[in-house]
Amino acid sequence: MRRAGLECLLLAWSGGLLGCWLVLYRLSYATESLAHGLLPGLVVATLIGAPLLLGGAVGLLVAAVAIAVAGRLPLVTRDGAVAVVVTTLFGLGVVLALSPESPPGIQNLLFGDILGVSDADLLWGAVLAAVLAVVLPVLHHRLLAAGFDRDSSSALGMRPALTEAALLTLLAAALLIAVQAMGNLLVVAILIAPAAAAAAVTNRLGAMMTASVAFAVSGCLGGLYLSYYAATAAGASIAGALAAIFVGALAVSR
Amino acid sequence: MTAPGERRRLGRFERSAALVNDLVAGYGGAPVLRDVSFEARRGERLAVLGPNGGGKTTLFKVLLGQLPPLAGVVEVPGRAATVAQTDRSRLDYPVSALDVALMGTLPLRPWWRRPTRAQRRAALSALEHVDLAGRAHEAYGDLSGGQRQRVLIARALVQDADLLLLDEPFTGLDAQSAQRLEALVERLARDGRAVMIATHDLPQARSWDRVLCLNRVQIAFGDPRSVLTTDVLQATYGGDLVQLPDGGQAVLPPHHH
Repeated sequence: MRRAGLECLLLAWSGGLLGCWLVLYRLSYATESLAHGLLPGLVVATLIGAPLLLGGAVGLLVAAVAIAVAGRLPLVTRDGAVAVVVTTLFGLGVVLALSPESPPGIQNLLFGDILGVSDADLLWGAVLAAVLAVVLPVLHHRLLAAGFDRDSSSALGMRPALTEAALLTLLAAALLIAVQAMGNLLVVAILIAPAAAAAAVTNRLGAMMTASVAFAVSGCLGGLYLSYYAATAAGASIAGALAAIFVGALAVSR
Repeated sequence: MTAPGERRRLGRFERSAALVNDLVAGYGGAPVLRDVSFEARRGERLAVLGPNGGGKTTLFKVLLGQLPPLAGVVEVPGRAATVAQTDRSRLDYPVSALDVALMGTLPLRPWWRRPTRAQRRAALSALEHVDLAGRAHEAYGDLSGGQRQRVLIARALVQDADLLLLDEPFTGLDAQSAQRLEALVERLARDGRAVMIATHDLPQARSWDRVLCLNRVQIAFGDPRSVLTTDVLQATYGGDLVQLPDGGQAVLPPHHH
């Protein structure tokens, strides 16, 4: 339980901070799609005994390439390509995960297993939190300018595509690390819900980031306690608590 | 980093902030703009007239270095900065006026560096220059259209640019804001910058120093009093030009897409 709490804090920090940029860059849908698209990678890694991080990374790459290829087909729109590719990959992952031959426990890939978090998971969670704490402030002004007005930012001598690529790389890393604790279906909650809630209550970036991390921490720890005392599933309780905060923030902002 | 007011002494060395000869520009297919030759001088306001799709934006992209010319010579000895239409930036975005002005310091430092104190001061003094010192910490989205336009001008000033490109800055402004912006544009030119303004307002263009008429080719360039004849305007705007009962002409409001 203490380890789960620590993992919660680490992921809440990362999700709360990174989520602000994802929301500002309107990448919420992309986040959800990538999270679901990497499921087959995780499942195959589990089945053949490879590290989950590696499997997830391969799964992400496959999803990204498939979306890029599908988006180029005539008669396929961009969001259509994302929807079709992600559903296909996710379905494939579920078929593999839920077949009778699959070892028990593989369902944890879908819903996470924050109570069974390993030392390696904690270490990776800490690495992610530290990397974001360093990289996001360094990139801050470029992220801000490119998200504000992409065209003008290139007139400012910036290459917004590079900045966006950096953000997507951070997103991929965060997904790979957080997906193991939160599960494939629920990881989006920790990346998007706190930042979306924060965006509803303030239009200052500093305040938004502070609020987002605070929301993420309270949602994660609150959900974890709830699951402990009410004997509900941990990941789902956390996602539920985060969603409740988002709804509360929306209500307050009106 | 020099304050916006100081740079004019440096600017005296060279009269020209942009020198363009036989420019051809386009995006891979057929050229969308050709035969363009003009000079933008420091201290002058240059109106750029032309219908939508006439090549104004393309010309600005070339001057900014965003689009390489297909042929011809483009010399911009100093720095060029653009003031985009405010509706291109997002109003729900959590930035203050100062944050936006500070974006102008990005080209002045390596990518891993945060803004220095001097750069912060320069951004504040640029906001002061456009009469927005008191609103530096207000959210950009909460400002009026005219104020947002001036914040974007402050961002261009912070870049230490001697060639300012304003893309239809008067669109959507009320009379008072437009007047204020007009006065600011005059001051920017007087400070020793070349200011190029894309506009559809003929009387305004007539009151400035130079005019460049584009309609996929250069129709005319020079002193607006001699250049803006009915024939030139007809060639520039075609059917969008209307004759007013008082003998003047006006351009039909362009259809924005």
